[in-house]
Amino acid sequence: MSDFWFRYCKNRGAVIGLIILVFVIACAIAAPFAFPRSPWSMVQRPFLPPFEMEGLLLGTDALGRNVLSGLFHGARVSLLVGLVSTIVALTIGIPIGACAGYYGNLVDDFLMRFTEFFQTIPSFALAIVLLAIFQPTLGYVILSIAIVSWPPVARLVRAEVLSLRNREFIEAATLSGQSNLRIIWHQILPNALPPIIVLASLMVATAILLESSLSFLGLSDPNVMSWGYMIGAARTVLRTAWWLSFIPGIAIMLTVLALNLIGEGLNDALNPRLRSLEK
Amino acid sequence: MPPLWAQRSYTTLQLREHILLAYIAERLVKAAFILIAILVLNFMLIHAAPGDPAAVMAGEAGAADEKFLQDLRIRFGLDQPFTVQLWTYMKGAIQLDLGYSYRQQMPVAELIWERLPATLLLTMTAFVISVILGVVAGVLAAQKQGTWWDTVISTFALLFYATPLFWFALMASLLFSVVLGWLPGFGYETIGGNYTGLRRALDIGTHLILPAMTLGLFFTAVYMRMTRATMLEISRLDFVKTARAKGLRNSVIQRRHVLRNALLPVITLAGLQAGQIVGGAVLTETVFAWPGIGRLMFEAINQRDYNVILGVFFVSAAMVLLFNLITDLLYGVVDPRIRITK
Amino acid sequence: MTLLSVKNLSIALPTGSDRALAIKNLSFTLDRGEVLCIVGESGSGKSMSANALIGLLPEGVTSCEGSINFEEVDLLKLNEDKMQALRGRDISMIFQEPLSALNPLMRIGDQVKEVFEAHNLLTPSERRKRALELLQEVGLPDPIKMIDAYPFQLSGGQRQRVVIAMALALKPKILIADEPTTALDVTTQAQILNLIEELRRKYGMAVLFITHDFGVVADIADRVIVMQSGEVVEAGQANAVLMSPKHAYTRALLDAIPRLSFGEAPPKPTDQIPILSISNLSMTFRSRSSGIFRKARVVKAVIDVSFNLHKGETIGIVGESGSGKSTLGRCLVRLLVPDKGIIKVGGQDISQISGDSLRQHRRRIQMVFQDPFSSLNPRAKINRILTEGLIAYGTDKDTAQAKAHDLLKLVGLDASAMQRFPHEFSGGQRQRIGIARALALNPEVIIADEAVSALDVSIQAQVLDLLADLKDRLNLSMIFISHDLRVAAKVCDRIIVMHAGKMVEFGPTKQVLGTPKTDYTRSLLNAIPGQDFERALAKQHGIKL
Repeated sequence: MSDFWFRYCKNRGAVIGLIILVFVIACAIAAPFAFPRSPWSMVQRPFLPPFEMEGLLLGTDALGRNVLSGLFHGARVSLLVGLVSTIVALTIGIPIGACAGYYGNLVDDFLMRFTEFFQTIPSFALAIVLLAIFQPTLGYVILSIAIVSWPPVARLVRAEVLSLRNREFIEAATLSGQSNLRIIWHQILPNALPPIIVLASLMVATAILLESSLSFLGLSDPNVMSWGYMIGAARTVLRTAWWLSFIPGIAIMLTVLALNLIGEGLNDALNPRLRSLEK
Repeated sequence: MPPLWAQRSYTTLQLREHILLAYIAERLVKAAFILIAILVLNFMLIHAAPGDPAAVMAGEAGAADEKFLQDLRIRFGLDQPFTVQLWTYMKGAIQLDLGYSYRQQMPVAELIWERLPATLLLTMTAFVISVILGVVAGVLAAQKQGTWWDTVISTFALLFYATPLFWFALMASLLFSVVLGWLPGFGYETIGGNYTGLRRALDIGTHLILPAMTLGLFFTAVYMRMTRATMLEISRLDFVKTARAKGLRNSVIQRRHVLRNALLPVITLAGLQAGQIVGGAVLTETVFAWPGIGRLMFEAINQRDYNVILGVFFVSAAMVLLFNLITDLLYGVVDPRIRITK
Repeated sequence: MTLLSVKNLSIALPTGSDRALAIKNLSFTLDRGEVLCIVGESGSGKSMSANALIGLLPEGVTSCEGSINFEEVDLLKLNEDKMQALRGRDISMIFQEPLSALNPLMRIGDQVKEVFEAHNLLTPSERRKRALELLQEVGLPDPIKMIDAYPFQLSGGQRQRVVIAMALALKPKILIADEPTTALDVTTQAQILNLIEELRRKYGMAVLFITHDFGVVADIADRVIVMQSGEVVEAGQANAVLMSPKHAYTRALLDAIPRLSFGEAPPKPTDQIPILSISNLSMTFRSRSSGIFRKARVVKAVIDVSFNLHKGETIGIVGESGSGKSTLGRCLVRLLVPDKGIIKVGGQDISQISGDSLRQHRRRIQMVFQDPFSSLNPRAKINRILTEGLIAYGTDKDTAQAKAHDLLKLVGLDASAMQRFPHEFSGGQRQRIGIARALALNPEVIIADEAVSALDVSIQAQVLDLLADLKDRLNLSMIFISHDLRVAAKVCDRIIVMHAGKMVEFGPTKQVLGTPKTDYTRSLLNAIPGQDFERALAKQHGIKL
């Protein structure tokens, strides 16, 4: 375990990413305590610029709402949506990929055609369509994002399982009388885990971007204050109060950047490249 | 018998074309199947929506009027069994009848046809920008690995990768259009300009710059990272060592051996990114008021015009399929292992 | 006349490697027209020295001391431009892996022409002419078709010929060959060695040949250098070093080489029913047509194989790559389902069974695999690896653990291995664990699929001794699959020779190796390098005895 940390910390970017993410998580957790009033409540006159008034560090928006409160509450939404939708996507994608890779033949053909179909459909367009037809609640947002995000998981898991399936230690496991299910669960998946973990961290980042894009277009839950919504609401006043669009965007960018850096750090830590200079 | 070097070279040109044709035909059949599946999906989505399909189709425009809804039901055969409805829908779609938009009082197909060229212009330009910039930056970063160049390029790529497209578009329009006033940040051409010919093309061109650059730069990062990683990976392979042992100059090796092989995964990536760029078009067109099908979709969302939403969805999926066909074809031409059997 | 003179060359490895110096104080000379072999096992530094000569050291590795003098110039002090001018023209190199040595997207002809282009020689049409001549010279069939072909259309041996053509295009003074035949079949190896020798004589080249095979050394070397852990342990004329080695390591290496010994006749079968009985076994692979318009490829891997294995006996299955021996092995353990034919274990037909009855029968035939680096689950402790099978069949944990302890002792490993992971062991040790795992379920038959092929010669000898020992002690019945007749001769009572899926010869070891009945077997035997040396050695020992 300490080996893993050592390798992870060698990547400076990854450490920075971790620090940023911890900060964002802290904000999310602190939100109901630091800002107990709903972020939708009017607190002052509209368009108060940042750093002008005590207690309103980032000023107010077009309807007099506290921008900093919006950021903190928005962190909760982003992280929640990112995490849950990724988990759901993994729950769909891993079994599909594992079965396709392990059983091969017809099962593989069928599952891969199915995955290809979902991959060909433009994912953002599909998410929009799904949310336009169903009610825009947070639950459906999470579901829509998961539905457009699972194909890369299935593809990755399938590729890993295919390469592992022909490894001799899997053949040995078959010979030692273990059942197929046991082999997939105990032998194959643990060895396939590292790239899946790396992919998962990148997927959370993508999910956050997707959610913010959807709420920018007005397709997300109208009762939820999210960063994308804040940017969308401030669009009409871009000329006069540009910071209202700028600030939430920075928040999104930092969070996504942090997750990407963490993903790269995990990649380095989990797959140490074996340098064999001597043949 | 003429000496060896004077004999004509055996061409497998005809055989090659045959196999390539078979490969294309196969891809076309697959694409057709997927299109049909999308149509079925579309159809199911209309009927999956909670509530009355007729009300869904009528949208905000006609939901109140019961007689109107009844007319709709009869017209679209909503009182018919499911499979008949599906068949009617698909028949219509093949004939390019994608329904009717009550809000806009036009057939959906016509609406889309009007706006499609603008989207094509935007996405194609953005695509070309992203691939060229991305590959060039990636090659540069790979060749100067570990130096200042590499760090700067990689950091930029990392930042762009993490930036939300719509926000980037907003900030770009703020900076270049509002603050600096260098470029127009709205629309397709100057309103009331009434230009023609070359003047018009230039006008559209200046309006194109901001949206295309924004959309293009966003995807540059993707190609840059892939190119850099692949170039580094390939440089370690055996055949590159063989090339060095022949005494070739490094620039030749990078170009002829490393880059050529590195382009294959880039082509594959381009195919996979097609769907993303279409999605990005929706956001870009919304921010810059670019009159393409992406903006159409945004308007339709606000108007609850489901026929238009689904129509745009279908057309964008078809665009992605077409693009994938082209990249598959390109891949088949570049990689000899596909078009030649042993 | 001395062409190349290496003095006190030392090459440092990056920090964190298992030793500080890849090569320490290496010194040797190479004369015009002579063949110098550098012999060593993996990790000896032999490849590194070759890479240093041509200036292609891997990243992070730098030469720190010494000099390499070629025609009055110190190559280590040369700048990259001058070095590039030298490569391919005065000094050429060919590498080990022919399958990955050529750019997959460039035609063969273009890659050969590149050599001329690199040194700005000849016009394009002259280059094409020379390329055709070269391809013919290295023995490639139909050069006109070849010149437009892509690498994937050629076999390994053919690709190696192309590499040789590229290396010799400009008639270099020195050819460095880094294990060029190790990845090839024994018959192909013989052809390539002959080709190199022929061209060497024609052009008067000096050849620096890196290898781990003393048989090759015996056949081609004028002088030889033996390396261990980066240092030279012995050097001298080939005959002298081979016949009367001075250093202990050299002696150990030479002793470890399996001889083509002809053992005694196989023991008479003591059982009524053969422990393993194969009748008319066939296996055909049909690639799923990857498209609607493409035909499925049909490969007949195993065609009509029949034989019986008796208790306590060892049968060897020998063949080159593509002969079907590995497929046969996998059919026997039912990792594949054979298309046709019958496999009987102790009289019971297991060829088409599946599900639970297959599971019940699996424990009767077990396999030892080839690659020590992928035959053990990297995330499992040895404890788990050895007890998994027993536990899957219902044994309780404690009994299984005790059995695992016994097995480790049996294969010569300490009980402390139980709590360690595979990556903490060497290749030879991992193979021992693999053997222990195969024995865990008390199988009636063991199939060793190229079990020693991935090991160094000295380790190979140890593991073969272990197998022979276990065979006697446990009265094992074994099928030994190998591409190396010498190795098979050491442990097998009877030998089957396979070619293109069919059995071409089957008989007692002595008969198959001493008086082969088919031409193919004879060609296999003739291709084994170092036979004159073997005969000389036998005579010497004969005298000594």
